[in-house]
Amino acid sequence: MKVFIGIDVGSVSTNLVLIDNNNNVLDFVYLRTSGQPIKMLQEGFRELSSRLPKDVQVYGAGTTGSGRQLAGVITGADIIKNEITTHAVAASFLVPGVQTILEIGGQDSKIIILRKGVVYDFAMNTVCAAGTGSFLDQQAYRLNIPIEEFGYMALEASNPVRIAGRCAVFAESDMIHKQQLGYNTPDIVAGLCEALVRNYLNNVGKGKQILSPVVFQGGVAANVGMKSAFEKFLQTEVAVPRYYNIMGAFGAAVLAREEALKNGKTKFKGFSVSEEEYRASGFECDGCANCCEIVEIIRSGTVLARWGDRCGKWSSSVTNSERIS
Amino acid sequence: MRVTFPHMGDTWIGVKAMLEYLDVEVLMPPPCTKKTMVLGSEHAPEFACMPLKLNLGNYIEASELGANTIMMTGGCGPCRLGYYAQVQDTILQDLGYSYKMVVLEPPEKHITELFSKIRYITGNNSWWKVIKGIHFGYSKIKMVDELNKKACWARPREINRGDTDRALESAKQKIINVEYTKDLSAVHQEVLEIIDQVPVDKDRDVIKIGIVGEIFTLLEPFINFDIERRLGYMGAEVDRSLNLSEWINDHLFLSINKKMRSCKESRMASPPYLNHNVGGHGQETIGSTVLYARRNFDGVIQLLPFTCMPEIVAQTILPGVSNELSIPVLTLIMDEHSGEAGTVTRLEAFMDLLSRKKQKKEVLA
Repeated sequence: MKVFIGIDVGSVSTNLVLIDNNNNVLDFVYLRTSGQPIKMLQEGFRELSSRLPKDVQVYGAGTTGSGRQLAGVITGADIIKNEITTHAVAASFLVPGVQTILEIGGQDSKIIILRKGVVYDFAMNTVCAAGTGSFLDQQAYRLNIPIEEFGYMALEASNPVRIAGRCAVFAESDMIHKQQLGYNTPDIVAGLCEALVRNYLNNVGKGKQILSPVVFQGGVAANVGMKSAFEKFLQTEVAVPRYYNIMGAFGAAVLAREEALKNGKTKFKGFSVSEEEYRASGFECDGCANCCEIVEIIRSGTVLARWGDRCGKWSSSVTNSERIS
Repeated sequence: MRVTFPHMGDTWIGVKAMLEYLDVEVLMPPPCTKKTMVLGSEHAPEFACMPLKLNLGNYIEASELGANTIMMTGGCGPCRLGYYAQVQDTILQDLGYSYKMVVLEPPEKHITELFSKIRYITGNNSWWKVIKGIHFGYSKIKMVDELNKKACWARPREINRGDTDRALESAKQKIINVEYTKDLSAVHQEVLEIIDQVPVDKDRDVIKIGIVGEIFTLLEPFINFDIERRLGYMGAEVDRSLNLSEWINDHLFLSINKKMRSCKESRMASPPYLNHNVGGHGQETIGSTVLYARRNFDGVIQLLPFTCMPEIVAQTILPGVSNELSIPVLTLIMDEHSGEAGTVTRLEAFMDLLSRKKQKKEVLA
């Protein structure tokens, strides 16, 4: 059977998705990156291959997410795509006619506006990361509520409190203040969700025309409290697609399929990458006062790729690998 | 007197040539690097914009090399840069650097105001020689601008990755090395040939992107993560809405050269979106976006340093312009905390957006 693989190495999670020739999801793996992208990538491959039927053959692979270059070099991906494009591709496949994508991940949030199936406009959080998944994670931990139950608790609220949401640090102080005043936890949790949604719409969503169908995806879409807060503010139904937390990987798989079919072959190195020894090492270049931190990806003694330099002295010195961008 | 001045892209090539023509000793700060930024950010007010910080870093680094006089541009308008020279002077004094600051500003009433400042720097040179010196430096700036423009055209079309930039570097070096006015035209021919000889695929489909925004972020590759080169490698032909030669012609020479592209065009194109000057290049940003839309460019990127007031005004108006003229606009805000990875992700996504849109347009056509 022909399959295609999509890999999303994000700041918080590493996901692998396997699709068939008709873009149906066959299997997926969702892992926490825990700051070890290479290890978790290999872990994901191991897990996926253990569940694989015998007759499966990978015809193409694509990577996305902040670790897309790294994952691309290690796996030999056919395409290395940014997460904005892959998310848009995924949503338009799973929710035909989608016009607005609200995406909140671990460390970034973005809005993608589609018109007639094409990305028309997008925005990403710029100088501030307040209101992303990591912050919710941290607050759930502080309130001693498992993150999975955090959203449901918000739904129990009868009277959400108003929390200053512009800055994550001030939001936290404001939450603590409200707790000390004696407000109950569900009201505070719901208030936090509303504050984050308000912040999102005022920053990332500023000046964008949000038309339905609206899709809410990314890890934070698991939070039903956030979903209902979005619905309350936007006065419209917000859909959370079935594969909301692996949309990037799914989009990468879809694009990998397009690319591999166009080229007629794949550069994918196979599931054996999970058994090889990869190492990332770094050094500081002393060529000029920029002191760039160069990263090297090494497989059993050979340097596969280098990046991190401004001038191109190191990244262009690796000749046996193809250019990454 | 050992004169230094802040970096802004290739500006130094012309200014240094002018000063050395007049036998002024010039000490250039090293090119802007992380060290420059660290030094500048450490001593500058947090909410001042990147230009102030990088300038300050430049002065400190140049002082270590022995410079004692600063030539700095000023301005008179809502943009804060007009007062940066004074702020920087005070900071440098507090830090114990002994510098003399000479501020070159757009003349308020008459061009002689500018000349009197130049007089201070150039000493006993005759006026005629000063004019020849300005002409010499200005010719170099014009040539560099011309080369950059050609490079922006060639980069997305080059057959071998990096050829254009290697040609550009060697051509620039030739311009830098010119010592006499009489050699200028020969070198001009030579450098044009160098860049024209880069093997290109003329018929390649490229995306056309106009870059608008604040002049420093447009011209200094260190602060904009080398955006022209990056976009070029991704397959985009980039047009910069502002070039130094044009700025000088408009603001210092009071538009002597009528043939050159002028900020007047973009200001005229700005209404009804923005009807008056908001300082800096705010109005030009809007006007240039309108002009790019009229010229059927695929997209526009606005660059601004964080906290830049005129560009913030323009930024809030741009979504409307973008919608009405259906030209996609991406705004990138640069400061010392800007991450390269985030910028690249946005540029890649913007390129995807533009090429998908273009494909669709061609299918319909």
